[in-house]
Amino acid sequence: MARTCALTISAATEVNEHDLTASRLGSLEYDPAPESSAIAHFRSSYGLFIDGAFTDPSSHEQFVSLNPANEEVLATVAQSSREDIDRAVRSARRAYEEVWSHTSGAERAKYLYRIARLILERAREFAVVETLDNGKPIRESRDVDVPLAAAHFFYYAGWADKLDYAGFGVNPRPIGVAGQIIPWNFPLLMAAWKIAPALAAGNTCVLKPAETTSLSALLLAEILQQAELPAGVVNIVTGDGSSGAALVDHPGVDKIAFTGSTEVGRLIQQRVAPSQKRLTLELGGKGANIVFEDAPIDEMIEGIIDGIFFNQGHVCCAGSRLLVQESVADEVLRRLVRRVEQLRVGDPMDKNTDVGAINSAAQLARIRELTSFGESEGATRYTSSCTLPEKGYWFAPTVFANVAQSHRIAREEIFGPVLSVLTFRTPEEAIVKANNTNYGLACGVWSEKGSRTLWVAQRLRAGVIWANTYNKFDPSSPFGGVRESGFGREGGRHGLEAYLDV
Amino acid sequence: MSTAPLRLVTRDDYGVKFASASVVPAIGSETQLKSVLGALAGVDAVGLEARCAKLATRSIKKSTKLEAIDLAISMVDLTTLEGADTPARVSSLCAKAMRPDPRDLTVPSVAAVCVYPDLVARARSALANSSVAVASVATAFPSGRASMRVKLLDVNDAVEAGAHEVDMVIDRGAFLSGRVGEVFEEIVAVKEACGEAHLKVILETGELVTYDNVRRASWLAMLAGADFVKTSTGKVSVNATPPAALVMLEAVRDFAESTGKLVGVKVAGGIRTTKDALRYLVLVNETAGSTWLSPDRFRFGASSLLNDLLMQRLKQHRGAYVRSDDFSGD
Repeated sequence: MARTCALTISAATEVNEHDLTASRLGSLEYDPAPESSAIAHFRSSYGLFIDGAFTDPSSHEQFVSLNPANEEVLATVAQSSREDIDRAVRSARRAYEEVWSHTSGAERAKYLYRIARLILERAREFAVVETLDNGKPIRESRDVDVPLAAAHFFYYAGWADKLDYAGFGVNPRPIGVAGQIIPWNFPLLMAAWKIAPALAAGNTCVLKPAETTSLSALLLAEILQQAELPAGVVNIVTGDGSSGAALVDHPGVDKIAFTGSTEVGRLIQQRVAPSQKRLTLELGGKGANIVFEDAPIDEMIEGIIDGIFFNQGHVCCAGSRLLVQESVADEVLRRLVRRVEQLRVGDPMDKNTDVGAINSAAQLARIRELTSFGESEGATRYTSSCTLPEKGYWFAPTVFANVAQSHRIAREEIFGPVLSVLTFRTPEEAIVKANNTNYGLACGVWSEKGSRTLWVAQRLRAGVIWANTYNKFDPSSPFGGVRESGFGREGGRHGLEAYLDV
Repeated sequence: MSTAPLRLVTRDDYGVKFASASVVPAIGSETQLKSVLGALAGVDAVGLEARCAKLATRSIKKSTKLEAIDLAISMVDLTTLEGADTPARVSSLCAKAMRPDPRDLTVPSVAAVCVYPDLVARARSALANSSVAVASVATAFPSGRASMRVKLLDVNDAVEAGAHEVDMVIDRGAFLSGRVGEVFEEIVAVKEACGEAHLKVILETGELVTYDNVRRASWLAMLAGADFVKTSTGKVSVNATPPAALVMLEAVRDFAESTGKLVGVKVAGGIRTTKDALRYLVLVNETAGSTWLSPDRFRFGASSLLNDLLMQRLKQHRGAYVRSDDFSGD
């Protein structure tokens, strides 16, 4: 029977290496699928959110907030002076003494639930604002930052009237006024991590967002107004490091909670030391992702990718060091480089973008500087061949192989899309290498053997250990570091302790 | 445990040079087969499902969507596998397979029509001189519960009637009870009985339950000579799922890298909408890559999917939704 099929299956075809290389990139080119930036309504300039209202800063000084993906100005934001910080702290004190400390747990919970629901109602707007201001892919702000921020408010709303059962004795008291300083990598989410437990425990707060990413916190201020949260319970003051320093130094603040670099954390600790202020610090990290030869390889590759390229690597707990067992090192590196090549780098507003823009020119300069040491110190560099946009701050996903413990790229936090790959032969060696750092925020262990995972996890010095996954966050799970990664926990029952007088 | 000698699959059987150093050994015994399958990396179910969920958020718009819809149409194995099938229904289906939308000849024909063996001859004559292949299920489809003799007769019937492609089912009981050598021999025997016809091996992933099993069964089928691995019969409660398909796509990709042999993937059962089909194409695109983005390497076993693809295609062109009654039922 004669066959005329054109579309038949060709059996057992030979394929050469070239075909497979080509096939790795895929051929279905996705058309741009941009989220609409019109969803975000920015004011041309923002004041300070003090005592329930937006007010002008005493100096009338403003600075610009840029979209790091194209360097366009999104809005101007107020620079808080020492007087403004004083006004905000006084407002928080008044609200604490006159209102919030007399508000029952159940009543506080109502406000927190309301804030959580309002965040979800305006989730799309929050996602767009966050992506425009921060440079992170819209997929991440939409699927991670915003839902997790709402989840933190929901979670701590549940605790507000159950503090007696949190394990800190009967009727644990709040601390008072909390000064909270947050970083630019997860602006809204970090605001939620700080505000939700503080309010649930009965404190009032003054929150200072990072200089480059104030806009989602200011949108949150609108939500607080919408939720009719009593004036002064949360005050949001924008500005640079000097505003943060003024907050840290203010005698009316009972507690400082800081998330950011180890360098600044150290300064804060020095300044707070002579005072009665409580302090929690969530600082940098150089997380090790430890891969054993029996790891579930495909999911492990995805986990490594997520561990270092999620949020452009602007993650304090990023898995920036990959420790891979020597017997599978070549295989893992080959697959890893292939996968890095597939990452879609570009317009953060495109729903198909995997890696967005670096948050600021300063951060880009730091990433460039540190990676330049990678090659000069003898590591082998693989950089994605992706095309980077001309305007904005961009850094192509990069993997360094043949990295030694002594290299700067193995020791210093790069805080960018750069992975350092080291190898080990025995579990003991993996632990020694993983722990050979001043940091101690997070580690990952990849193995199908549960007993080994537990054995390794018990010996790692880090606040968070993930098994066969990485960068998983949940409001019920405590998060925080040891050593130069800070102290204190956020999330879960443990997160309440930072805001209770216990 | 079966100690029956297995037919040796050697490098020569692949007829190709091996592409990489991690060569898959020739299978000489069940013990050896077990050690090969046992050495495969495990699958972490949570991570796998998370990866699928992430890829499901890919936004396929505009010209990509049109291109993907046409690609999906060309990958359909238009299927009718009912006791109530009639020759007339098969003829009608064949007409639709060749010209899915008779008013628009730019719509590609589907890849194949898939029927029971007794309707192969009818399908062959209806599809004469077209580019559409005839696929036949065989080996006591869908349960596979028959003797080897009966299964091979079933295959012979289909092939003699002119089937270009044979969709066989594996013996899930043998696989799950560890008699992998038996499954291997069965596939080798069916492959031989197929002659020139291409063999798709249905793993029935819903009955294999774990993703580790899906990965091992995929490798087993490929080592035994499958031209395609296929998820499901469409006759059980759990049919094709994106995570199972992803495991199979990883398997064919890795198998090609190890042996140089390209094996296709067919997803079947429960795929009804364009959205579903596009999600599978995204999995193919971002896992196995462009080599598999062709009807030669990827298929959808489906019936109602075709009309939804046609509706979405027309909607993309017209900018307005169309009615399902604009297209023939089968």
